[in-house]
Amino acid sequence: MLKKLAGCVREYKAPTITTLLLIVGEVFIEVLIPFMTADMVNAIKAGAELGSILRTGLILVGMACVSLTCGGLAGKTCAKASAGFAKNLRHDIFARIQSFSFENIDRFSTASLVTRMTTDVSNVQMSYMMIIRTAVRAPLMLIFAIIMGYVMGGALATTFVIVIPILGFGLWFVARKAMPAFRAVFRKYDRLNESVEENVRGMRVVKGFSREAHEKKKFAAASEDICRDFTRAERIVAINNPLMQFCLYFNMVFVLLVGSRLIITNQGTTIDVGQMGAMLTYGFQILMSLMLISIIYVILTMSAESMRRIGEVLSETPALTEPAEPLTEVADGRIDFEDVSFKYSEKAKLWALQDIDLHIRPGQTVGILGGTGTGKTTLVQLIPRLYDATEGTVRVGGRDVREYSLTALRDSVAMVLQKNLLFSGTIRENLRWGNAEATDEQIEEACRIAQADEFIRSFPDGYDTHIEQGGTNVSGGQKQRLCIARALLKKPKILILDDSTSAVDTATDAAIRAGFATRIPNVTKLIIAQRVASVADADLILVLDNGRIAAAGSHDELLASCGVYREIYQEQTGAKGGAEA
Amino acid sequence: MKDKRDLRGSFGSMLRTVKKLFGYYPVLAPLTVALIVFSSVVSAVPAVFMQKVLALIEEWYLSGDWAGASAVIIPNVVLLAGLYVLSVLSMTAYTQIMAYMTQGFLNKMRQEMFAHMRDLPIRYFDRRKHGDIMSYYTNDIDTLRQLVSQSFPSLIQSGVIVLSVLAIMLYFSVWMTLVLLLGVVAMIFVTKKVGGGSARYFVRQQRSIAATEGFVQEMMNGQKVIKVFCHEKTAVRDFDALNEELYSDSYRANAYANVLVPIIANIGNVLYVVLALAGGIFLLTGATNFSLSGMAFHISLVVPFLNMAKQFTGNVNQLSQQINAIVMARAGAERIFALLDEEPETDAGYVTLVNVREENGALVETEERTGRWAWRHPHRETGTVELVPLRGDVRLVNVDFGYVPDKQVLYDVSVYAKPGQKVAFVGATGAGKTTITNLINRFYDIADGKIRYDGININKIKKSDLRRSLGIVLQETNLFSGTVLENIRYGRLDATDEECVAAAKLAGADDFITRLPEGYETDLANNGANLSAGQRQLIAIARAAVADPPCLILDEATSSIDTHTEAIVQRGMDKLMEGRTVFVIAHRLSTVRNADVILVLDHGRIIERGDHDTLVAQKGTYYRLYTGSFELE
Repeated sequence: MLKKLAGCVREYKAPTITTLLLIVGEVFIEVLIPFMTADMVNAIKAGAELGSILRTGLILVGMACVSLTCGGLAGKTCAKASAGFAKNLRHDIFARIQSFSFENIDRFSTASLVTRMTTDVSNVQMSYMMIIRTAVRAPLMLIFAIIMGYVMGGALATTFVIVIPILGFGLWFVARKAMPAFRAVFRKYDRLNESVEENVRGMRVVKGFSREAHEKKKFAAASEDICRDFTRAERIVAINNPLMQFCLYFNMVFVLLVGSRLIITNQGTTIDVGQMGAMLTYGFQILMSLMLISIIYVILTMSAESMRRIGEVLSETPALTEPAEPLTEVADGRIDFEDVSFKYSEKAKLWALQDIDLHIRPGQTVGILGGTGTGKTTLVQLIPRLYDATEGTVRVGGRDVREYSLTALRDSVAMVLQKNLLFSGTIRENLRWGNAEATDEQIEEACRIAQADEFIRSFPDGYDTHIEQGGTNVSGGQKQRLCIARALLKKPKILILDDSTSAVDTATDAAIRAGFATRIPNVTKLIIAQRVASVADADLILVLDNGRIAAAGSHDELLASCGVYREIYQEQTGAKGGAEA
Repeated sequence: MKDKRDLRGSFGSMLRTVKKLFGYYPVLAPLTVALIVFSSVVSAVPAVFMQKVLALIEEWYLSGDWAGASAVIIPNVVLLAGLYVLSVLSMTAYTQIMAYMTQGFLNKMRQEMFAHMRDLPIRYFDRRKHGDIMSYYTNDIDTLRQLVSQSFPSLIQSGVIVLSVLAIMLYFSVWMTLVLLLGVVAMIFVTKKVGGGSARYFVRQQRSIAATEGFVQEMMNGQKVIKVFCHEKTAVRDFDALNEELYSDSYRANAYANVLVPIIANIGNVLYVVLALAGGIFLLTGATNFSLSGMAFHISLVVPFLNMAKQFTGNVNQLSQQINAIVMARAGAERIFALLDEEPETDAGYVTLVNVREENGALVETEERTGRWAWRHPHRETGTVELVPLRGDVRLVNVDFGYVPDKQVLYDVSVYAKPGQKVAFVGATGAGKTTITNLINRFYDIADGKIRYDGININKIKKSDLRRSLGIVLQETNLFSGTVLENIRYGRLDATDEECVAAAKLAGADDFITRLPEGYETDLANNGANLSAGQRQLIAIARAAVADPPCLILDEATSSIDTHTEAIVQRGMDKLMEGRTVFVIAHRLSTVRNADVILVLDHGRIIERGDHDTLVAQKGTYYRLYTGSFELE
């Protein structure tokens, strides 16, 4: 998984490596500075002449400038590397999702995909930045500072032997203990938030049943629970600060005591006052590096979940593959199902479709009826190859759908989905989804067939009316008509309407169907509907039940032969004598 | 960047946060402050000891007599070590207390927020996006956590250290202190400049993120449409444009922020050198020191001064960062207090619902569950208590209403529902159907006219009792996490398992529930996402059935359920409606045919009224709707 993510660094490998190199330089100088200042302090103490002190001072200022340059550049390059890495991640996730088939899409919820592309990528970006800045810096600083401490302070460096294991072990202990505790708390937190959300959403129910007190009690219990666990986790982490402070203090006392003894007994020959000051700085640098290393550990564990979630999308393989030499032309609107069976996943026990044998000639109109879950939508989704049949063959224009390129197939099979959707933009822009090059006349013609032209013209801005996200500013029926027009613009050979006129009044519904018959007679039309009236004049009506075709025939035939059909018909027309379903 | 008003605003909400904290923890909070101050002061004093020790070293330097020197040096070091031990102990104590107090505080705040939210009127929820309310409990509470656990303590800590160190520095040498302060001013200036740039780009980054998120949201929602229209390439191209913008903002924002760290660190380094040089020059030229202690320039003074300089700049930096953090956190804290300041739903009702039994032909109030209810209506003027049997007679007389003062949505609406009658509302979206039911259970209060329940003005009835007498089944079914059984029991908390199952049977839900993997014990996660819309509705019907109210409000589902499930749901509804007064908000005309009264609403007015046959005979709006020549929505 890490490999998969690391693959997204791509062109930002250069700034990443530059960052690492610059940081090596910065650390090197940061460690040298106390060394130099120690000399300067000693020189001042010894009363050296101003010139030599000034020279050391200038060198130090020069070093600070180099360190500033290195650090500043590293700050820029690492921001570039991490922001670029994040950009690539987002691009890859988005592109990957675009390559998903319906089967893949079903597996992820919209909300979870959005979170992956925003919060999770941000988390990874931040960790990447932290890591390339500190992964080299902290260990390098640790090693350099220890070496310099020994070179310069000699016996004084014994303090490190005592302090490093104490802090190191302490930090390791805290991280080990605290991380699982935090993860547990975060999960509980998610659940608490879910409960708040369902309360906000269901506020009318809560108030309607006067359940305020009950909900308060439930929330209080959950909140107390989190408080207890969180306190436990925070108290473990709270050990870090005093521990760090203890080590710093220990270093200070040790250096003062042992240092003054060394200076006095050796009369300043081994070390002097300047070195004492420098040893304090080294001690600080070493302890800070240890702290940083523990922070890296924490960040990595914290973002591991984000990385996993991103990796999950990136390693999801599209369930549909195109043939090596695909057909690019669909001959006509003929549709054939040969012993087709289908289930949504390998593991599913129930077949969504079973033993479907169906032959539709070009230009025919086919109506499909049946209850929820009987397989209507599933059946038509196999035609533009939104899913692949589990068993049997689906043919379009006489050829297996798997032989076509997906673009060629889907361009010839226009489908108006049950959950139809418009995008933010003008009406014209939305319609051009069907055909980017459509002329205004073509657009208006499609809208006339879909009975949308009239109401579009009634808007002040006509075809340039802005549609809001989700199409909230047009009514349900208008939205459905626009979606039909959009599909018509594709000039398809097969047109599928999946319950696409449910919100349209009966007269308009009839006008749309009449338009289909006269304006696009050669297009094969499949109409899924709840209303019998919407399919009554079709050449062929299929009644689905439990994934099978329970009955097929014309309206009159079915009325005579099919009990279920008769029942639905009577229910909807209010004709007497219908037995209860 | 931050003007005065901003600072005052943040000061106000900060002060409230502190007050709350001290209110919840009157002993621990001040104790913590004392401990923080103590350990901060201690961390500033080593300079004093160091100066002393260095002076002693200097004194004994050439003698090489450690035995003699140690006699005076060791007591100083021991004293310092002692102080350090105390400091570490107090730090341990306050960090532990802080961990306990922060979480306790958040817990109390969360509960206070939630409790307060519960009591807010429906109006509040109707006006806000759910996500917006959610973020009180996620983002905003998190800013409070940051404030209490990080910003406040480090503000005190850095503040105390800065002041202590400043005092000690002045004690050592005023001249050297002035040199340092000049450097610090430069540092703050640079921080502001660079930090300002960073803040500007962070705001832009935030905006880019929002734009990208909006786009992704829309595309993910429409993913299947994209597939059907083969629009994948266009989608990726559009996305890349937004993505590129986000990248460039994010890069700039982080670059500014990253560059700041080495700049500050190296200004610190340069300052160190300048101070050392200044010290050297003062020493060499034998300049007269000016200090509070009257000490002369000496190497024992310069060395600890250099260390203090680092401590000082570090803490000034910390201080400015925390002030920034507090200004940023302002919004979160303000939002939380705005929620807590929101006016709760008022309830001046004094008529309550009580159990009654009949004794000698008269109603007598009783504690036991008799299944018979009455309104307990105390008459203030006469001092008598009247028991009015609960029947479910609801009347609206000449009611006017508007959600906002200058936009009326209901005009002169009168509805009479006798006990056991079924009243159906028909009309386009926005005609006012739901609004009427909102008034009956007092989610909103009427502007003019009157509403009577069993002859009692509903404003006199205690809200919880009024709502207890009115069952609701809403358009959008909301279930709660928990088992199926618990969800049904939501209707009446003291219902037995048997009563819940009986209610499910009545609703026609028992059939599918028993086929669930764990039957009534099946967990419903995520608003019952594992159930179909029809099944969720059946549970909602069972929930209302177990409550067994005399009066019902039904808002039909609009989502298309197939005719078969619809029939089952309809049968459940019919069973539920038997013997109750029912208000139905109808979206499909097939369900209103057997209503006693059908009210056709148009733009907040009742335009037709009567039963199915009368209205069809009238050949008016209802007739046109019924024959399908008119679109409902």
